[in-house]
Amino acid sequence: MTQATDITLKLAEFETRIARGEKIEPGDWMPDDYRKQLIRMISQHAHSEIVGMLPEGNYITRAPSLRRKMVLIAKVQDEGGHGQYLYHAAETLGISRDEMEQALLAGKAKYSSIFNYPTLNWADIGIIGWLVDGAAIKNQTMLAHCSYGPYSRAMVRICAEETFHQRQGKEMIVKYAQGTSNQRQMAQDALNRWWGPVLMMFGPHDSDSPNSEVLIRWGVKTQSNDTVRQLFLDEVVPELMAIGVQIPDPQLRFDAESKHWKHGPIDWAHFWQVVKGNGPMNKERLAARNQAHDNGAWVRDAVTAYASRK
Amino acid sequence: MNAELTSTLDSRVLALADDELILAHRDSEWTGHAPMIEEDIALANIAQDELGHATLWYDILCDLRGQPDEHADQLVYFRDAADWRNAQLLELPIGDWAFTMLRQFLFDQFEWVLLPALAKSSHIAVAQAAAKVLREEIYHTRHSTAWVRRLGQGTAESHRRMQTALDVQWPLASQLFVPMLGDAALVAAGIWPDMAPLQQQWLAKVSEMLAECGLVAPATAATRISRHTHTEHLVNLLADMQSVARLDPQADW
Repeated sequence: MTQATDITLKLAEFETRIARGEKIEPGDWMPDDYRKQLIRMISQHAHSEIVGMLPEGNYITRAPSLRRKMVLIAKVQDEGGHGQYLYHAAETLGISRDEMEQALLAGKAKYSSIFNYPTLNWADIGIIGWLVDGAAIKNQTMLAHCSYGPYSRAMVRICAEETFHQRQGKEMIVKYAQGTSNQRQMAQDALNRWWGPVLMMFGPHDSDSPNSEVLIRWGVKTQSNDTVRQLFLDEVVPELMAIGVQIPDPQLRFDAESKHWKHGPIDWAHFWQVVKGNGPMNKERLAARNQAHDNGAWVRDAVTAYASRK
Repeated sequence: MNAELTSTLDSRVLALADDELILAHRDSEWTGHAPMIEEDIALANIAQDELGHATLWYDILCDLRGQPDEHADQLVYFRDAADWRNAQLLELPIGDWAFTMLRQFLFDQFEWVLLPALAKSSHIAVAQAAAKVLREEIYHTRHSTAWVRRLGQGTAESHRRMQTALDVQWPLASQLFVPMLGDAALVAAGIWPDMAPLQQQWLAKVSEMLAECGLVAPATAATRISRHTHTEHLVNLLADMQSVARLDPQADW
């Protein structure tokens, strides 16, 4: 049997397994492109959790009650835990955490662009919990069905915790929308700034997303970007309207025929600018990660030196 | 309990609650900025524990004062620096990892001698709270002790940084044990332990670790800094911590 036919057979078997709904596990044969795609997705996801600690971490020192302070520290801690867990999942594909961290620090790796926006008032923490984590849950629920076992299982576990995050964020915004005029203003201001970037979290429209077809066939993604965005929209639009905040999209409308909410145009030029590193906080986020890493160098050296003598 | 004992116990509990709250606040500043992800997670965990302990002591204070639980938030978010009773050691900025770990170690060891004694208090609520806190402190003590060893005996640089931290912190650490007005009556009533022998226990324990790491406690004259005095670091910490709450004092957050 030639090498080429061998690979064709293996690929056919691999695709059959996925079509049957089986999970692919770390030691199993997989196409190089599948491995590469998963490393890219899982490491980007891990980086997003780690960088994602920064915008919310910004408000830990200012959380306005003992309870809010406790919840926020716990939430940001969870994100660190998710990052650690996802780095482990990616390591099962033959890349080291160190390689992934170096790629992030060097600015070569991507992470979710949503974390390149600043947190400017306390209600941002509520909006991030409700909408950013809410959007992430929609993506992650889809990924929990993905064909790669370790990633799928990580998603199940992470979704469970994210659901708590979303609940506390929503609780804040619902309360502030009915609170004092300061609180209402804060909640509206936060929504105004985060709404557009949140819709971009699901990625480009299907017509502009060239990778999607093979990713769906291999069970890496199980639903298209626009499908998941629509699920999110249909869930949160009525909830936001019910509490009396204004969604900053004058063209947002309910389409009676399809029974779906339809959003106005998304500013994709801006999206690509942020992806390319020119968003409002890209440089600061990367600098903060590098600073933590550089400041920790002597600590890690000390740990290694101490361990080598014991 | 007579009014005088209640008022003295109030001061003692407030001091302990403030110690825990300010330390929790400082520790939480590392979240997202620690030397490794594992420590982002560990320190965030410790910060939550200390915050939980602070809340426990503030709740006892609310009971002593006949106030509802919301009084705890009032104390934390609407009190000026002059009225805080935490030790200065805890309000200093986080510094480097050596500074944070040494401070945590000195405070954990303080709790490690105080809490078992406090768990025998004749005041039931105080005794129960102390026993509960003590159970969690086992993990903190283990964590900070391991770090003092690693850094104290790691590299020349980590040792130097630990010594620098010790030089700053040592003169302030004794403030944790400083006598407060009315202590004698509380001790006589079996409500609060005598701090002087506890300080000796603490000193023995801490000195043992410093010796193991080759760290030298600076020779300082015994100073008694009252818990009523603070550095400007506390003023800055409170300005930040209280900023959102004070934007709208009527608001329920």
